[in-house]
Amino acid sequence: MQQVNRLKPFFENINFEREDNTMVVNFGPQHPSAHGQLRLILELQGEEIVKAVPTIGYLHRGMEKMGENMMYNEFLPTTDRMDYIASTSNNYGFALAVEQLLGIEAPRRAEIIRTMLLELNRIISHLFWLATHALDVGAMSIFLYAFREREFAMDLMEDYCGARLTHSAVRIGGVPLDLPPNWCEDLSKFIAILSEEVDKYEGLLTQNRIWRMRLENVGIITPEMAKSWGCSGVALRGSGFQWDLRKEMPYGIYSELDFDIPYAKTCDSYGRYKCYMQEMRESMKILKQLIPMYEKSEPQLMAHAPEYISAPKENIMTQNYSLMQHFVLVTQGMRPPKGEVYVATESPKGELGYMIVSDGTPYAYKMKLRAPSFWHTGLLEDLLPGHQLADVVTIIGNLNIVFGEIDR
Amino acid sequence: MRAYSPKNDVQKKSYYNDRFHVVPSVPRADVQTDEVFLNDLTTFKEKFTVLDAYLEKGHLVIIIEAKNNLKAVKFLKEKLSYDMMMELSAIDYIASRQGFEIFYEMLSMSKHKRIRVKCFIEEKEELSSVESVFKMANWSEREMYDMYGVKVKNHHNLKRILMPDDWYDYPLRKTYPLQGDETAQWYEVDKIFGKEAREAIGPEIRDGAAIDRYDTTRFARLGHEVPYGVDITNGKEPEHTPLAYQEEGGVGLFGVRIIKELHEDKSVQLKKRR
Repeated sequence: MQQVNRLKPFFENINFEREDNTMVVNFGPQHPSAHGQLRLILELQGEEIVKAVPTIGYLHRGMEKMGENMMYNEFLPTTDRMDYIASTSNNYGFALAVEQLLGIEAPRRAEIIRTMLLELNRIISHLFWLATHALDVGAMSIFLYAFREREFAMDLMEDYCGARLTHSAVRIGGVPLDLPPNWCEDLSKFIAILSEEVDKYEGLLTQNRIWRMRLENVGIITPEMAKSWGCSGVALRGSGFQWDLRKEMPYGIYSELDFDIPYAKTCDSYGRYKCYMQEMRESMKILKQLIPMYEKSEPQLMAHAPEYISAPKENIMTQNYSLMQHFVLVTQGMRPPKGEVYVATESPKGELGYMIVSDGTPYAYKMKLRAPSFWHTGLLEDLLPGHQLADVVTIIGNLNIVFGEIDR
Repeated sequence: MRAYSPKNDVQKKSYYNDRFHVVPSVPRADVQTDEVFLNDLTTFKEKFTVLDAYLEKGHLVIIIEAKNNLKAVKFLKEKLSYDMMMELSAIDYIASRQGFEIFYEMLSMSKHKRIRVKCFIEEKEELSSVESVFKMANWSEREMYDMYGVKVKNHHNLKRILMPDDWYDYPLRKTYPLQGDETAQWYEVDKIFGKEAREAIGPEIRDGAAIDRYDTTRFARLGHEVPYGVDITNGKEPEHTPLAYQEEGGVGLFGVRIIKELHEDKSVQLKKRR
């Protein structure tokens, strides 16, 4: 039995006095390769993992509770803090869910700008993934290159909304701002740079012997496992399913865009790496198509739904009724219809779902945030045993988990 | 007369409700309008009692009896190819209906359809685990237990997942206040310093927006600065802090003062931007 006192707290899951030869290693929650506050309790036989227990909750902020105590517009900036690497995708998922609940649609230009931001954010997220994953595995220089290009993308984000990490650039019913002048030209320049650079990253890694040794046949997620654990995003596509919500159950303007869904049949980390690289190219393809679409679109940015959404600023300044409506919406919040919606979007990490149950009051009755990384972390329990200790960082890095959205 | 509001729901409520506001509902469609769902529902009805079924925003919602949940989910997976479970959780209706509504959000990748299976359980009733069908339920059910206190039968490791193991009460229940209850205030004090230190330390302030103007160790008073940790309670609060205030010894970096000392009486405030 453990002798418990204040200096030696009780560790559940850990048995210090064991008769067999296994060693228990506590990995995290402050491990730099854990990509956040992940605590893994590993049982090792030599260097081989026999049992892994992922433990989470070190970043739990109670977002679902906050969602039930905040008006819909108040909650939107909170969603940024879920997957803080790609916050636009969270904003968008939430805005889309509320829009579906209200039964309104964002104007076309707003939808185009949102899609631009989403895809730019996907690139930012994938570059971040590549940089940190490669760093974990031991490729230092790729980290510097990928972060350099990510900086350009973040500058574009900053030019649009002023924020670099937590954008809140999407509103319920549209977007608050039009693109600044010359933004599209800058975007084209960025795409031109990045498309060359992605080839260079691949040149550094794809056939690199060390990279392949570290990734090939490591972290094999079988198709059954992927389905059973509710995997989504690249974790699912890496297991041979060509499933991307943007293509299979399109939302927004994705049905008008031409892009492919990369997938891998190898089920291992290397296959998933290739998917990520290809996805960046597909995102660039989407962005290229969006620029002419943007130029052709009408200038309206917010949906016209006076019951739920404030009038444009010039109306608020000039018309009494718009001002009154705005005041009510800001102080009391919108009152959506009674009902429930589950809206899933494809975030860079996987299927990001917002389940909102509304009872007709300005506060959601229930807000369930389906964060893809949550189950990708749970999966570690099944995925890690049988691997070497050194593969743990490869697998954690490769699954692209972000603790903001796991603990919410 | 004031409208009735349940006393065991402490979540934030709107401060004003228009008596004449009629709350609309999200339109529900008949299952007849969707062929795929209609076929699925007919097959499903042959095996299980369906309390209600309707289409809401493109989702088929089926309400079943709670005792059938495991069999129904298994049937949907194996026979009707709803091969992924995306989400499951509970909705707290203790105040109005004395129980929880459990929902299972499922996806069929071959049919491109989403379905939501719902069932209702009493507050103390137990629910069968669907972990044997979908492994994702392992963590989801733990989260549901952690947040709502819904007991799940046949779960191999039903313990808290996000909250500490010894946490009191279930945070997502409507009876649980946003900033935590009485026990939550003492949790960290008890854990780190022990119960005997309660009086010396005091409860944890769990309101993130709380400001104490007399607390000079944790709060800066812009424009009214006082030295760090000085007691300013009971009339010791300075009436005016000169702008030239600098910490004792001056703001120095390697012995060199980096900010020129400001004399308030000699300074001029500009009326217009230059």
